[in-house]
Amino acid sequence: MQAAPDALFKALADPTRRLIFEHLCRDGEHTVQMLTTRSTVSQPAISKHLGILKLAGLVRGRHQGRETRYSAQPQALAPLIDWMSHYGAFWHDRLDRLESLLNRMDQ
Amino acid sequence: MTDTRTLVIEREIPHPAEKVWRALSQGHLVAEWLLPNDFRPDVGHRFTLRAPPMPQWDGVVHCEVLSVEALKHLSYSWTVGAMETVVTFTLTPTAQGVHLRMEQSGFRPDQDANYKGANYGWQRFLANLEKLVAGLE
Repeated sequence: MQAAPDALFKALADPTRRLIFEHLCRDGEHTVQMLTTRSTVSQPAISKHLGILKLAGLVRGRHQGRETRYSAQPQALAPLIDWMSHYGAFWHDRLDRLESLLNRMDQ
Repeated sequence: MTDTRTLVIEREIPHPAEKVWRALSQGHLVAEWLLPNDFRPDVGHRFTLRAPPMPQWDGVVHCEVLSVEALKHLSYSWTVGAMETVVTFTLTPTAQGVHLRMEQSGFRPDQDANYKGANYGWQRFLANLEKLVAGLE
């Protein structure tokens, strides 16, 4: 399923959802309960966020017994990014660091 | 498809060219602003830049020094998987310091590259997302 870019932007525009997505990207599969213990947000709120991330194709749920385990689908970002936009952000960030280094260096 | 695109970023830097050149050409300084590396400013030298590994990417950028002209110009290849680009820094002295031009060329606008870009770029992309979203509306 190819999610519309609008759904992706909407999903990632929220800091809590970005945090959930980052956790899943970094640490692999989690249940709603596991995500809730890592967050200050309530379980129903986490579930709602996961629903929006799923709609955007960023998260997939896998049923295991009575539990659903959620995992990140970073490739769902593909429609939004190409190398140019990624590297644009990358180089702007790195050149900021270069300037900061130059300010710390001796003549 | 042979069409490629080039990314250009230019900055006015209020520091002498000699100092900027050191930051661009000495490996331990490059590590401070770009990525950990085994770079040397010798034409033909092959080196790697090591970003933190991510899902589906080991974080390694494979590079080879293509041209060096002290205080003026530095160019190296920048290869990640099938994506082969070239990064070139050019310094031009100005009254206040130097004009730095960073050019990354060779981007292929095909789906395969887009896909790899997404894998490599999502973390930084997230950091910039709010700005991006704000700019869209």
